[in-house]
Amino acid sequence: MPERIGKYTMRFKNPPSILGYASVVGKKEGEGPLGKLFDLCHNDTSLGETSWEKAESRLQNEAVNIALDKAGLQNTDMDCIFAGDLLNQCISSTFGLRGLDIPFLGQFGACSTMAQTLSLASIFVESGAARKAAAVTSSHFCSAERQFRFPLEYGGQRTPTAQWTATAAGSVIVGTEEPKEGKKITVQAVTIGRISDLGIKDMNNMGAAMAPAAAQTLTDYLHDTGTSPDEYDLILTGDLGLVGSELMEELLEKENIQISSRHNDCGLMLYDREAQDVHAGGSGCGCSASVLCSTILQQMSQGQLHNVLFIATGALMSPTSSQQGESIPGIAHLVYLKA
Amino acid sequence: MKVSKEEYKTMSDKASPGSPYVKDIIMAFLVGGLICATGQLLANLYVSMGLELKDARSWVSITLIALSALLTAFGVFDNIAKFAGAGTLVPITGFANSIVAPAIEFKSEGRIMGVGAKMFIIAGPVLVYGITASVLYGFILCIFRLY
Repeated sequence: MPERIGKYTMRFKNPPSILGYASVVGKKEGEGPLGKLFDLCHNDTSLGETSWEKAESRLQNEAVNIALDKAGLQNTDMDCIFAGDLLNQCISSTFGLRGLDIPFLGQFGACSTMAQTLSLASIFVESGAARKAAAVTSSHFCSAERQFRFPLEYGGQRTPTAQWTATAAGSVIVGTEEPKEGKKITVQAVTIGRISDLGIKDMNNMGAAMAPAAAQTLTDYLHDTGTSPDEYDLILTGDLGLVGSELMEELLEKENIQISSRHNDCGLMLYDREAQDVHAGGSGCGCSASVLCSTILQQMSQGQLHNVLFIATGALMSPTSSQQGESIPGIAHLVYLKA
Repeated sequence: MKVSKEEYKTMSDKASPGSPYVKDIIMAFLVGGLICATGQLLANLYVSMGLELKDARSWVSITLIALSALLTAFGVFDNIAKFAGAGTLVPITGFANSIVAPAIEFKSEGRIMGVGAKMFIIAGPVLVYGITASVLYGFILCIFRLY
């Protein structure tokens, strides 16, 4: 069973291992700096489907199937799958995974979904509630735009703080065995984040809205475990982008925590920010999921990275709450990975 | 976190780069001006072809709306608007784009609840308040003319 340390952190006595992982991305992401590291890059943003929602569902389905394949497993081997996305009622997950026949628990954590689903899959496996569990999430630029912002062909201008929703999906298979190849990557601990809201209302500045949550969760984890940032090779936040990353580091400095030498952000890694015109960086559930399930887990598996704190961040607003003038609550969950 | 909402607002305002207003205004002036000059050219052309000035003006609007709709459908309009900003938004071109873009976008929800219901999702407020304002203006003018 997981052991609770401090107030907010759970440490695993028998850390579950990552048996397989996969990332599937769209054209723009494939053209980015991590392009060669993804398992599958689609050249057609619609994936040949008749709607953006169907395209996103397929991203998620493919991510799970490739991850299962890489783990040498079949859908019937899985006891549970945790999945979520940004669309209303999480339809990318439910429609994408409906043919898989795996016990399903839908999750909503906005862009923090990868850390949320990975945490739950790990807790289920370690506690014995599942022998093997999967975590998956996705986002699609076009399906997110039409739900949260404007039609694609609308002639508007994006502000410099706006982030680009990634067309991407990532999936991780958690179990107890040794992985088929590479170094064993284990999930050592998780910190479930608290909702944090410092009053940011601008839907085009979600990095600023999420930064306090990321800073809070990391502070909680370091406090609970009595560790310092120097003990980790990489502190990886999920899609804070340029503005959010700067604000998070500034908030942490006020708590006397310095992370800048080992901090990176998935939203800054997925795209070439200037050349690909993504303003403050990438965002969306698929952003942190695809970065984790490509370069990060690959580097860990190859022994280049050993101790990684993965902190995916989410902005928990809806178009309705924003139109009603509400501020944007942020969330961040932390997963400590060790190879 | 020890930071208050007020402190964080200051921090966030400092960290968030603002829009490049000077560049945006210059681009809007140039492109907007170019569209209006094109409109005038078209008006002159239609008059030289024998149309009344009043009719020629209507045909200018029709031409610009048709062009904007076509450019929107071909996926070109938003790429121009990204640089032109208010330059393409303010003239009749922006209005045409704001109706055609949702019509294309919501085609997947069908002709009734998709195209039909969502077509005016952006232009709707402009129509509501534009028509209301013109009715009010007409009403005031009417009262003034009585005396």
